[in-house]
Amino acid sequence: MPQIFGPAVNTIATVSLFAGAVVPFALLLTGSALTSSPYNTKVTVPLDQPAPFSHRHHAVELGIDCRFCHVSVEESAQAGVPSTDVCMTCHSQIWTNSPNLEAVRKSLETATPIEWNKVNAVPDFVYFNHSIHVARGISCNNCHGAVNDMHITWKGNAFRMAWCLTCHENPQNYMYADPGSNLSPREQVFALYKKLAAGDKLTQVERQLADGLEQVMPADKVHEGYKLMNERGVNVSQLKDCYVCHH
Amino acid sequence: MAMTPRALAPLALAFGLLATGCHQDMWQQPKVKSQSRNEFFVDRMGSRMPVPGTVAYGQPRTDAEFYTGYGKDGKLVREFPVPVTAELIKRGQERYGIFCSHCHGAAGDGQGMIAKRGFTLARPVGNYHSERLRAMPVGHFFDVVTNGYGTMYPFKARIKPYDRWAIAAYIKVLQESQRTPIADLPAEERAKLDAMPYDPSQDAPPEPVAAPPARTVAPAPAAAAGGAQ
Ligand code: HEC
Ligand code: HEC
Ligand code: HEC
Ligand code: HEC
Ligand code: HEC
Ligand code: HEC
Repeated sequence: MPQIFGPAVNTIATVSLFAGAVVPFALLLTGSALTSSPYNTKVTVPLDQPAPFSHRHHAVELGIDCRFCHVSVEESAQAGVPSTDVCMTCHSQIWTNSPNLEAVRKSLETATPIEWNKVNAVPDFVYFNHSIHVARGISCNNCHGAVNDMHITWKGNAFRMAWCLTCHENPQNYMYADPGSNLSPREQVFALYKKLAAGDKLTQVERQLADGLEQVMPADKVHEGYKLMNERGVNVSQLKDCYVCHH
Repeated sequence: MAMTPRALAPLALAFGLLATGCHQDMWQQPKVKSQSRNEFFVDRMGSRMPVPGTVAYGQPRTDAEFYTGYGKDGKLVREFPVPVTAELIKRGQERYGIFCSHCHGAAGDGQGMIAKRGFTLARPVGNYHSERLRAMPVGHFFDVVTNGYGTMYPFKARIKPYDRWAIAAYIKVLQESQRTPIADLPAEERAKLDAMPYDPSQDAPPEPVAAPPARTVAPAPAAAAGGAQ
C-alpha cells in the first residue's frame, strides 16, 4: 500500500493550522469592512434621480436658501423634499426646454409627484427630528456632508447609532457661533451657505463644514462650546437615553 | 483538500447566525412615513391631501382679514391685522431673504439673481419701487404672496399667514428705505454714509443683463405670460 500522506502534507497541515486561526478573523473583518463600505452604506455614492438636480448649483451658485425648498426643516421632524410646484416657481420660466427637466414637466402635466430616490434614511425603529437640531444650531453639513458641493446628492453619513451618539455624548464639540456676528443658532446654520454664495471669507470651523470634514473643536475652545450649549439650552443629561431615539 | 461535513458545520452555523440578523420587520415597519410611497392608494402617495373644505381642529380661520388680506367690504386691507413690531419686521426680513430676494433682489428692485438669469424673458420681475406699488394697500402684498401674481407662483403652501404679513411689512420698509430723503436720517447714520468711500460704479446704471446661452433660451410660454391683469 502506498503512503497516504506524502511529505507535502506537512506543509498543508502547518498552513491549515495557521489558516484555521486567521481565516475566520479575516472573514469577519472583510465582512465588517464590506458592511461599512460605501458599497453597502451608499455613503458618498450619488444616487440616480429622475432629474439631475444639483445642490451646488441651486444652493450656492444661485444662492437659494435651503428653506426655500426644504420648507419644514425648522419646524418639523421632516425636512421634506420639495413638490413639483417649487421647481416650477422658476422652471416654468427658465430653462423650460432643458431635457434634464423633462421629469419635472411631466410631473406637472400629469399631476403625479416626482419620485425622488431617498438618499438619507434611518430605520423605522429610530425617531429622528430635524427641528431640534436646527434650533440648536447644528449645521446640515455635520450630518449630510458637504451638500454645498454636491452636483448629484449623496449620503454624507451612514447614520449608525454610534455616530449619532458621538455627538449626543459631547454636543459641546459641535456647537459653533461665528464670533464676528450675532446670529441666532438657527440663522447660524444657514449663514454658512449665504457666505459661500456671497464668496465671503470663511472661519476655520466653517471651512471644515463646507469641505464636509468632521467639525473639530480645538481643546482650548471647548469651554466656548459648553457656554454655547448652556445659552442654547441643550439638555445633555438625557441625550443618550434610549427612548430619545427609540420610542 | 475537500470540505468535510465537519468543516461545513461551523460555517453553516455562522451563516445561520448572520441570517437571523437579517430580519427586516423592525427596520421596515408597516407604517406610513411622510412623503413615502404607499401601494394602498391608487395614486400611491403616502401623504394624503385633506378633503376640500377641511377645517383643522381649533383653526377655524374666521379672521378673514388675517387669512385673506381682504376686509369685510371685499376690499384689500390698508391696516395690518397684526401688531407691527420690530420683531415682525425682523421676521419679515428673514423670510424675504429665504423666499423672495433671489428674484426680487435684496432691495426689492427686481434685480435678483434669478431675474438676471432670464426670468425677464416672459415678464419682468416686479419692482416694488413703482408709484403704483407704493400706493397699494398692504393687503395687496399679502394677496400676491398668498395667491401669486401673473407669472409669479403662489407661496401659500410654503409661508404661513403670519409670516406673509411679516413679509408685507418688510416690503413696506424696503419701499420707505428707497425714498427716504437723506436729511431725514438720524445724524449718526448720515455720518456713517459720509464716511463711506465713494464708489462711482454704484451710481452707474445697472449692467445690461446678459442673455443666457442660446441653447437654453426658451420661448415664453403663452399661457404663462397671459395671467397678469
Ligand atoms: C431648489 C430647491 C432646493 C434647495 C434650495 C435645496 N434643496 Fe436639498 N433637495 C432638493 C431636491 C429636489 C432634493 C431631492 C433630490 C436629491 O436627492 O437630489 C433634495 C435633497 C436633499 C437632501 C437629501 C434628501 C434625501 O433623499 O435623503 C439633503 C440632505 C438636502 N437636500 C439638503 C439641502 C441643504 C443642506 C440645502 C441648503 C444648502 C438644500 N438641500 C437646498 C431641492 C433643494
Ligand atoms: C429660484 C429658482 C429655481 C428653482 C426654485 C429651481 N431651479 Fe433649477 N435652475 C435654476 C436656474 C437659474 C438654472 C440654470 C441657471 C444657469 O445655469 O444659468 C437651473 C438649472 C437646473 C437644472 C439644469 C438644467 C440643465 O439643462 O442643465 C436642473 C436639472 C434643475 N435646475 C432642476 C431643478 C429642480 C428639480 C428643481 C425643484 C426642486 C429646481 N431646479 C428648482 C433656478 C431654479
Ligand atoms: C443631526 C443630523 C442632521 C442634521 C443637522 C440635518 N439632518 Fe437632514 N437628515 C438627517 C437624517 C438622520 C435623515 C433621515 C431621516 C429619516 O429617514 O427619517 C435626514 C433626512 C433629510 C432629508 C430627506 C427628507 C426627509 O425629510 O427625511 C432632507 C431633505 C434633509 N435631511 C435636509 C436637511 C437640511 C436642509 C438640514 C439643515 C437645515 C438638515 N437636513 C440637517 C440628519 C440630519
Ligand atoms: C452634531 C451633533 C448631533 C448629531 C450628529 C446628532 N444629534 Fe440629535 N441632538 C443634538 C442636539 C444638540 C440636540 C438637542 C438636545 C437638547 O436641546 O436638549 C439633539 C436632540 C435630538 C433629539 C431630541 C431629543 C429630545 O430631547 O427631544 C433626537 C430624537 C435626536 N437628537 C436624534 C438624533 C439621531 C437619531 C441622530 C443620528 C441620526 C442624531 N440625533 C445625531 C445633536 C446631535
Ligand atoms: C441618538 C439616537 C440614539 C440613541 C440615544 C440610541 N439609539 Fe439605538 N439606534 C440609533 C440609530 C440611528 C440606529 C440605526 C443604526 C443603523 O441604521 O445601523 C440604532 C439602532 C439600534 C439597534 C439595532 C441594532 C443596530 O445597531 O443596528 C438597537 C438594538 C439599538 N439601537 C438599541 C439602543 C439602546 C439599547 C439604546 C440606549 C442605551 C439606544 N439604542 C440609544 C439611534 C439611537
Ligand atoms: C421665481 C421668482 C419670484 C419669486 C421667488 C418671487 N417673485 Fe414676486 N414676482 C415675480 C415676477 C416674475 C413678478 C411679475 C409678475 C407679472 O407681472 O406677471 C412678480 C411680482 C411681484 C409683485 C408685484 C405685484 C404687482 O402688483 O405688480 C410683488 C408685490 C411680489 N412679486 C412680491 C413677492 C414676494 C413678497 C415674494 C416672496 C414671498 C416674491 N414676490 C417671490 C417673481 C418672483
